[in-house]
Amino acid sequence: MTARALVNVPKAVKQGEVVEIKAMIAHPMETGYRVGPNGTNIPRDIIRRFACSYGGEEVFWADLYPAVSANPFIAFTLVASTSGTIAFTWTDDAGETQTASAEITVS
Amino acid sequence: MNGSRPNHGLFLPVGRRQLLAAGIAGLMVVSLPRQVLARPSLQEAIRTFTGGADAQDGRVRLELPPLVENGNAVGITVNAESPMTADNHVRRIGIFNEKNPEANVIVFHLGPRSGRAQVSTRIRLATSQVVVAVAEMSDGSFWSSRASAIVTLAACIEDLS
Repeated sequence: MTARALVNVPKAVKQGEVVEIKAMIAHPMETGYRVGPNGTNIPRDIIRRFACSYGGEEVFWADLYPAVSANPFIAFTLVASTSGTIAFTWTDDAGETQTASAEITVS
Repeated sequence: MNGSRPNHGLFLPVGRRQLLAAGIAGLMVVSLPRQVLARPSLQEAIRTFTGGADAQDGRVRLELPPLVENGNAVGITVNAESPMTADNHVRRIGIFNEKNPEANVIVFHLGPRSGRAQVSTRIRLATSQVVVAVAEMSDGSFWSSRASAIVTLAACIEDLS
């Protein structure tokens, strides 16, 4: 899966601050309920799981269903504990993954 | 001939009844798969999420625009009241709908490192309906919030006609 992923993580924050993280990926999120031009159902193709790890530990994840809009956008919060990498993983129906990451500096 | 006529008269009604019974049985068999395919109701979906426990009203706030122009992307925000400490935090937040082809929308997994129990996303709404957010606390209790939206352009099934 090669899709364009966008993540928004503040670069420099204070220790203990609650920061808002936003993540979005370009994906059609085909529900499997739509009918194509030849009269057959367009097969389902969705992002099934989104996960975020901070310093190697998975701190937030979500199970997605076809009712999530195309180009799924998820915003959540994390406590800034240590400087490090915040990594994001999206997994689709075929089990393929797409990753993105951002560095955060905690002072 | 005379002996066989009463026989016909006797057996034909039975034959009709059998035919009728077979027909009804056939209809039931035909209609069974539709019932199997039918989506669980909103209450059933929430019960599956809570594992049979009751979700109480309160401690959660679901923000959903009351009037939706485009059901393909409806921004929602869920807030849960919780200190988000190691021994008192929100474990999961589930979003469920009333009338889409599938009852589940999304399930968020949080923890003490989330800092705040607040999540946002964009969802699809096939028609005007009720949306429910259910939060599972670390003590095992469930809290819910419901909101309804009027949808003018439907999502999911727009190409079915």
